[in-house]
Amino acid sequence: MTDLTRLRAHEMAALLRSGESSSRELTEAHLAAAERDNRALNAWLTIDRERALGEADAADARLGAARGGGSAALDRLRPLLGIPVALKDLVSLKGGQCTAGSRILEGYRAPYDAHITERLRDAGAVILGKTNMDEFAMGSSTEHSAFGPTANPWALDRVPGGSSGGSAAVVAAYHAPLSIGTDTGGSIRQPAALCGIVGMKPTYGRVSRYGIVAFASSLDQIGPLARDARDAAALLHVIAGRDERDSTSSPEPVPAALTALPASDDAAAANLRGKRLGLPREYFVAGMEPGVEARVREAVAAIEAAGATVEEVSLPHTDYGLATYYIVAPAEASANLARYDGLRYGPHHAEGDVLANYLATRGRGFGPEVKRRVMLGTYALSAGYYDAYYLKAQKVRTLIKADFDALWAQGFDALVAPTSPSVAFRFGARLADPVAMYLSDACTLPVNMAGLPAISVPCGLSEGLPVGLQFIGAPWSEAELFGLARGYEAITASADWRSLEPTELALAADPATQAPAERVRALTIA
Amino acid sequence: MATLSRSGVEHVAHLARIGLTDEELTRLEGQLNHILEQYEILSGLPTDDIPPTAQTIELENILRDDIVRPSLPLEDVLGNAPAHDGAFIVVPAILDER
Repeated sequence: MTDLTRLRAHEMAALLRSGESSSRELTEAHLAAAERDNRALNAWLTIDRERALGEADAADARLGAARGGGSAALDRLRPLLGIPVALKDLVSLKGGQCTAGSRILEGYRAPYDAHITERLRDAGAVILGKTNMDEFAMGSSTEHSAFGPTANPWALDRVPGGSSGGSAAVVAAYHAPLSIGTDTGGSIRQPAALCGIVGMKPTYGRVSRYGIVAFASSLDQIGPLARDARDAAALLHVIAGRDERDSTSSPEPVPAALTALPASDDAAAANLRGKRLGLPREYFVAGMEPGVEARVREAVAAIEAAGATVEEVSLPHTDYGLATYYIVAPAEASANLARYDGLRYGPHHAEGDVLANYLATRGRGFGPEVKRRVMLGTYALSAGYYDAYYLKAQKVRTLIKADFDALWAQGFDALVAPTSPSVAFRFGARLADPVAMYLSDACTLPVNMAGLPAISVPCGLSEGLPVGLQFIGAPWSEAELFGLARGYEAITASADWRSLEPTELALAADPATQAPAERVRALTIA
Repeated sequence: MATLSRSGVEHVAHLARIGLTDEELTRLEGQLNHILEQYEILSGLPTDDIPPTAQTIELENILRDDIVRPSLPLEDVLGNAPAHDGAFIVVPAILDER
């Protein structure tokens, strides 16, 4: 019998409609894989077996009724009905924990569903549980989780990227075909690249953030992770669109094309013909690994061979991106995280007067990276420094956005670039030097500064580890980006690396394998 | 641009309401100054005539109807609070006299 967990979501949906499989079977198979591997991967913070099986049974009842109603009734079913999904642990799920990877939210139970949780429920998706992440989504390795790091299923001594590292690892390890992440500076695309899967950061405003723990409000956006472009597009279609509870969510119509990406490789490849793509030279940053650059240049050559034109272009303010981002994001974070006072929820440390309580609660509740960023943001916004830092950064942000706007005005359909300058790095490699960690996002964070959509797709391996290729588009061009991603999948469908799966799945499944936290301790001692 | 002294780090920690140990203060002084050095690249870029960008989508004055809706169930909200008294969350006194 085929292993159900190896299928894509759209293949699972076909089995559910024909009655060859049930949502309960699918859900059981994924739960078993998740429960078996989680000691070694630490990718899940909660796995909710009972809730998931209840949702699966409800989906099976709807599927059974539709099968009784014939093909018209089956056609009306939503694409994600009965399909397992994982949520990053900053998405509110009523009654469930929502830690955002932080001790300061330990024990908190979400009293309501996030907008996207409601959308997923309406679509009949089965929510398996919540995934590990860098604390408050601040990080590029998931090592900043208060609940221990997550391992990369391709190499258990390496990071999965971050901050949505758990969401990327569970999809790569076949614990779920789909997951939800958030991306403030690369937190969907970089872990997708490092785990060899697809991840999209939509246009700022595309998805409502109601019920999501906030990091940097002018940058945060929610998006899908999946093992192919069609699945990711279908998930975005379910969660996208205006919600009046998030006044930054846009009334821009959600394109129906998201659910109609071509199934046939020929049709998908034809979509590349005649496209005009820009290759930003500044994205081949100093320190980029040669293997990563080689894979990206090969991918660009393949796209040209398929009939697209690729021209080298310049985004002249790219070098200012990192400094700009690390002023804007911490400044906004310092304001958003002011709410964690230990009075209404979360652990509270009573040490005397109000001030002493705050100092103790926040001093013990926040981890080192969150403290660093809240401190940076507080400093950048403090009296006497606001103009020099925050206002300056907002002005440079204008220039960064204008670089992209100039290319759209010249008629480029999209840009193609590396997602991450490196493959997955070893635990501990960048922890001691925050600036080295920040450089992980050099190719992704300008996109957030400009509010644009971008997708990362796998484009081969370097040193046996996945490399990501990024397509960046004009605002609201998600369907076009998925078309390019699907086209690239089609022209590389028979590439050798496509048939490879994460190399350490067997080791992850072995109950004797060390948990990531134990591996990190062993590294520190050695 | 400015560098942060030890007392500067302590001042920022106070503004941010984060209690830090001596060891954390020492480590942060080094790390924050290293990050602030990265910001220096910006001072070489002329931006006098450039307007700031605070957000990237052209949405303004988003309004919705003022409709009365049920609030969250009291027990769910109070269940998350470290201490409550009836329908009230207990907080430390902020004034000397009660």
